[in-house]
Amino acid sequence: MNDVTGLADPSRLIEAARVDIAAASSPEALEEVRVRYLGRRGQLTLMMRDLGALDPDARRRAGAELNDAKDRITAALGEAAARLGRAALEQRLAAERADVTLPVQFTSEGRIHPISQTIDEIVAIFGEMGFVVAEGPHIEEDFYNFTALNIPPEHPARQEHDTFYLPPRRGRQSNREATLGAADDGSRLVLRTHTSPVQIRTMLAQQPPIRIIVPGRTFRADHDATHSPMFHQVEGLVVDRSTHMGHLKGCLIEFCRAFFGIDDLPVRFRPSYFPFTEPSAEVDIGCSRAGGRLEIGAGGDWLEILGSGMVHPKVLHNCGIDPAQYQGFAFGMGIERVAMLKYGIPDLRTFYDSDFRWLRHYGFLPLDVPSLVQGPLNGAGAA
Amino acid sequence: MKTTLDWLRAHLETDAPLAAIVERLIMLGHDVESVENRAAVLEPFIIAYVVSAERHPNADRLKVCVVDTGNGHVQVVCGAPNAHTGMKGVFAPAGTVIPRTGALLKESTIRGVASRGMLCSTYELGLGDDHAGIIEIAEDAPVGVKYADLLGLGDAVIDIKVTPNRADCLGVRGIARDLAASGLGCLKPLGTTPVPGVFGSPIGIEIEDLKACPLFLGRHLRGVHNGPSPEWLRRRLEAIGLRPISALVDITNFLTFDLSRPLHVFDAGRLDGSLVVRLAREGETLHALNGQEYALDPDVTVIADRTGVQSLGGVIGGEATGCTAVTTEVYIEAALFDPIRTAATGRRLNIASDARYRFERGLDPAFVRDGLEIATRLMLELCGGEASEVVTAGAAPDWRRCYVLRAERPASLGGQHVSPEESAAILHDLGCTVEPLTAGDLSVEPPSWRGDIEGEADLVEEVLRVKGYDQIPAVPLSREAALPRPALAPGRRRSELVRRTLAGRGLTEAVTFSFISTREAELFGGAKPELRLVNPISADLDAMRPSLLPGLVAAVRRNADRGYPDTALFELGPLYRDDTPEGQLLAASGVRAGQKGPKHWRSPSGPVDLYQAKEDALAALAAMGAPADNVQTNAEPPAWFHPGRAGVLRLGPTVLGVFGELHPAVIEALDARPPIVGFEVFLDAVPEPRAGRAKPPLQLSVFQPIERDFAFIVDEALPAEALLRAARGVDRKLVSEIRLFDIYQGAGLPPGKKSLAITVRLQPQDRTLTDSEIEGFSKRLIAQVEKATGGQLRG
Repeated sequence: MNDVTGLADPSRLIEAARVDIAAASSPEALEEVRVRYLGRRGQLTLMMRDLGALDPDARRRAGAELNDAKDRITAALGEAAARLGRAALEQRLAAERADVTLPVQFTSEGRIHPISQTIDEIVAIFGEMGFVVAEGPHIEEDFYNFTALNIPPEHPARQEHDTFYLPPRRGRQSNREATLGAADDGSRLVLRTHTSPVQIRTMLAQQPPIRIIVPGRTFRADHDATHSPMFHQVEGLVVDRSTHMGHLKGCLIEFCRAFFGIDDLPVRFRPSYFPFTEPSAEVDIGCSRAGGRLEIGAGGDWLEILGSGMVHPKVLHNCGIDPAQYQGFAFGMGIERVAMLKYGIPDLRTFYDSDFRWLRHYGFLPLDVPSLVQGPLNGAGAA
Repeated sequence: MKTTLDWLRAHLETDAPLAAIVERLIMLGHDVESVENRAAVLEPFIIAYVVSAERHPNADRLKVCVVDTGNGHVQVVCGAPNAHTGMKGVFAPAGTVIPRTGALLKESTIRGVASRGMLCSTYELGLGDDHAGIIEIAEDAPVGVKYADLLGLGDAVIDIKVTPNRADCLGVRGIARDLAASGLGCLKPLGTTPVPGVFGSPIGIEIEDLKACPLFLGRHLRGVHNGPSPEWLRRRLEAIGLRPISALVDITNFLTFDLSRPLHVFDAGRLDGSLVVRLAREGETLHALNGQEYALDPDVTVIADRTGVQSLGGVIGGEATGCTAVTTEVYIEAALFDPIRTAATGRRLNIASDARYRFERGLDPAFVRDGLEIATRLMLELCGGEASEVVTAGAAPDWRRCYVLRAERPASLGGQHVSPEESAAILHDLGCTVEPLTAGDLSVEPPSWRGDIEGEADLVEEVLRVKGYDQIPAVPLSREAALPRPALAPGRRRSELVRRTLAGRGLTEAVTFSFISTREAELFGGAKPELRLVNPISADLDAMRPSLLPGLVAAVRRNADRGYPDTALFELGPLYRDDTPEGQLLAASGVRAGQKGPKHWRSPSGPVDLYQAKEDALAALAAMGAPADNVQTNAEPPAWFHPGRAGVLRLGPTVLGVFGELHPAVIEALDARPPIVGFEVFLDAVPEPRAGRAKPPLQLSVFQPIERDFAFIVDEALPAEALLRAARGVDRKLVSEIRLFDIYQGAGLPPGKKSLAITVRLQPQDRTLTDSEIEGFSKRLIAQVEKATGGQLRG
């Protein structure tokens, strides 16, 4: 098999290597083939070592041939290694099996209470109209809860408030007495019966323009199927030089339609009476009660949801705001009531019972943050 | 306030249909709560003549009747003992719904005899309680007419929610006047011609306290006969739910509702001497017309004769001098009582009367005399007799007030342009005296019955109300500022983040009451006297809560009682440290009870543990932006926690929150079952993050970080925090993270010792660390940790 150069024929060597490579059925066998040809004592290695005995011309020619042979064998080995790797992987994967039907466990998310969600929705809508959130204490002085709101001590409206009282502050002078020298009665402590005292606190603290929204807890000593001793209200107040009743209507119509996500929701304003507004209006939205089922929207029937009116000049005056220069409107509504209407929650008392099943059913996913950016506030919710 | 359509039409000349009247009432501010058409349910019932009533062949107590309905003869089986041939009764054909029971009347066969309808009792019609026999109708009643028509029930009853400012609309005439002003008809004139007195009243009047009762008119009637009222009067009273008593009493009730003018009638024969209006004296009592005995005090206005108190002014009369069927002499009282005192009296004695309801809202001071004349005329008309001259004590207070309505105010306040002429016309129709001033301004004097009108804003409301709020064009609220602002202040935005963070951690939000029981409050360090309600709704809800945890534990208990013991709840809301605004704090609290989760093949469950509560608390603090690295934990929890398994989170001296296992005794006292872990984080205590939105520059190292593990054997009582603090202090620049990854105690360790293993991650900034640098760091760390903890590296 030696030719004139005295060396084995490289093309034969390549052929032999190819046969051996093809026969190798495992990475180990392939390694043996590599060692046999390319290893330190491999056939090609030995042939390369023998090149030194040749004359320069023959050496150059044979060297090129051998190098070429080495490249080819190396390439063939690489291909074979990849082939074997693929086969091995396929074999391994063929043996690996998991039961993909096994039930998995979600990280169990909690829920947001419908009261919080509803407040967030209301704030999102009024926030868009330039209102900012204001808050105030629940244990409130009579002055803020009643007197400053034009509800003097013997006003019949007080009786409708079913007020909770706290013991008088002994030996302490209230802020009001200290600053205004107010009469004895104004400092009596009550649990606020509405969110309206925050109107007073805000107006005493700042001059117009004012545009606030006040969500929060309120308290009345009444407990039955439709009354809870604690409930939530949201209050709004706008005071500037020119806001009039047309703006009140525009603002509240916009709110009702956005909140219920009904573009053509009928909204009706009815004259009413509140001591702290003049003129006063109650706001109804359209609904249908056909078949004993309440549905918000057009339908010829009406449902009361808001109280509102132009801020009474006496209230402005009580807060140190000149009613000859400033005017505005205020409104208030029950959070639970609008939540019940929007989300079809039948019973007021269930809001505070913390029944886990109820909370999960009527609650909202934590990432469902109400925002007007993300589309209508229809509360896709979580079932 | 109820009225009927007919009654309304007695004051209002109108041909408007019921629906239009109801709609207008609502748009005038008189919300209509209901319209009851009593005739509708009685529609099928007709007058029938009993042609024959024979004994039932198979039943002694039943009769087989043939009745003439005016539209043919029908056979019915009747069980009433009074059914007899030749009578007239009320017949219901098969297919009628019986009002009392709501049942559908069907054709049937009773003991073999067909029955195709029913002769009815008042009970079945819902008109009375008598079901012993069927209704017998007068012989002259026409056969075939509707029973409702015979009764005069074709008149709808309208129930109006009169707002507290409109005492004038607590009489039908006031409502009619509003409707007339709005153009829905004409107000009919009211006959107030005085009845001349024919003798001097033997009973005089003296007012001791003119503030309590500024005006009192009296009049003696003699020779009256106090029989039942006529049909029209009884029907009106019955329609609005009042029981007719006798003509004299019915007239006073009628005028209360017709003209909002309450009166009282004494049986003059039972009065002793003249009447004095005064404040009650200590120890006086009155047996009132409602059968109750009342103990009086000097805040109550009374009307007394020589023998003592006979009536509570503006509230209720006394039994002893009330009119009865044998009354022949009457003393009529028409007075004005102070609204505040009347309200206080009614509240204190807990008497809700129609008179009190009106007096406390303020009655027309100029209508007292007219009311008395109208009452006199009616009484003489219905009861006969003759009237004395009127006795007057006191005087009507001056009620005249004048306000200016500027021409532009309907538009600038009400958003609706109304011409001065139209405003003037509306106000005039409401009874105001209107004088034009310059430039369209109006001088307006409200009528005596509108004490509620107290300024220009009220006049604007009157004009808009009558014109209709629906006429006001809606205008969008102008954007105040050019740039949108966030609606939430930063503090509030942070607390919203806490809410959603906790929900994201698997806690479900609850809303529980701000008040709990004193016992519960005491368990959580509360129930200060100044935070206990004077008038709680129940003893269980009498203390403002010092913590949100008791409410949440109660919720856990309720859920466990329903079969759901593994709950995870949180609440974000107020707790109350004292009664000042600053004493009300916003807290986020949560509880986890029972098992960590349901049994599941992937995660073997176990009881909830305090570290979950710590994670929750720290997650809430992180959401608030608290500097997490600086928050320290110490093991001195408040008394309602397990003393050894709870901690306090602090930032320097400030307590940010508490967490841990609740004290087993507290859990037991709340009737709940352990384990319950919980936390409470005081959101107001977390400092506001530094101002400025720009974040510190980000420096990303290009060099590989490396990690090294170390385990130390330390005393088992050593707080892990001590070891971690020492490790952190070795090289704050180089160490980017330290994690405690193993805690071991047991075989291979001396008793009383534990092993704590940490991973330290080193992140060089300017070069790759050499082996010797890493070695050097390790030595320093070991030395510092050993020194700080008294432990030693685990070999």
